[in-house]
Amino acid sequence: MANLVEMTPCRGMEPVTIGTVTLSEVLPGRITSLSPRKTASRDVLKQGHGMAFPAPNRATGKAGARAIWSGRDQAMLVGPTPAPELAEAFAMTDQSDAWAILRLEGAGWRDVLARLTPLDLREGVFKRGHTARSQLGHMNMSLTRTGRDVVEIMVFRSMAETAVHELTGAMTGLAARG
Amino acid sequence: MRLPCPLCGDRDHREFTYRSVALDRPADEGWSDAWNDYIHLRDNPAGPQDELWWHGAGCGAWLVVTRDTKTHEVLGAKLAGES
Repeated sequence: MANLVEMTPCRGMEPVTIGTVTLSEVLPGRITSLSPRKTASRDVLKQGHGMAFPAPNRATGKAGARAIWSGRDQAMLVGPTPAPELAEAFAMTDQSDAWAILRLEGAGWRDVLARLTPLDLREGVFKRGHTARSQLGHMNMSLTRTGRDVVEIMVFRSMAETAVHELTGAMTGLAARG
Repeated sequence: MRLPCPLCGDRDHREFTYRSVALDRPADEGWSDAWNDYIHLRDNPAGPQDELWWHGAGCGAWLVVTRDTKTHEVLGAKLAGES
């Protein structure tokens, strides 16, 4: 029997700090896409996991168990194994191995992302608990602000290495400006 | 150019893909002059025009965007599924 070693999407990368910003990998546990059925109420999510189904551009829940809006009539349940009663209200797909999640932390996060995404990330516009689907360089991403100076970036797992390359490149460039 | 996605808000045009002018699809199943027009004939207006855009790097919705072909001014957008 071969001895198989599980690899994380970013190949177990260590946190990288450049200038004021730190980039690290997040291992979220289960990721499940939720598409509400027209015939049932989205409130089942509240009963099962204690968080509301998120409105567009919003994330609900807290660290370890979040529901992140991810498109028209779709959200990602990130963290917990979905409660059985969710099946009646949502079409669900296990996407745990399909995404890489990166945490960008530190005062300069906005300036790093300004080099890579066309999103308006100003303080009064993109607040804590807000999320957006957009682009990171040429990759599609989901960006969620989870703290004052913390954002989490979800990209397709196949793009993990490129995302790390793009982000560390932007961090290096920003730090070089002093 | 920024497009006002009804779900995501104002977004840069690089997140979108243009498809075509938004036309009413003929209801009949067989061939007709209406189908001929739908496939081949375009008005090419100088002024406001309804167009289909896909917000592929955002919410994934199809939008009907009203754009002025003379000035490129974007006059509005709504979800194609709800128009």
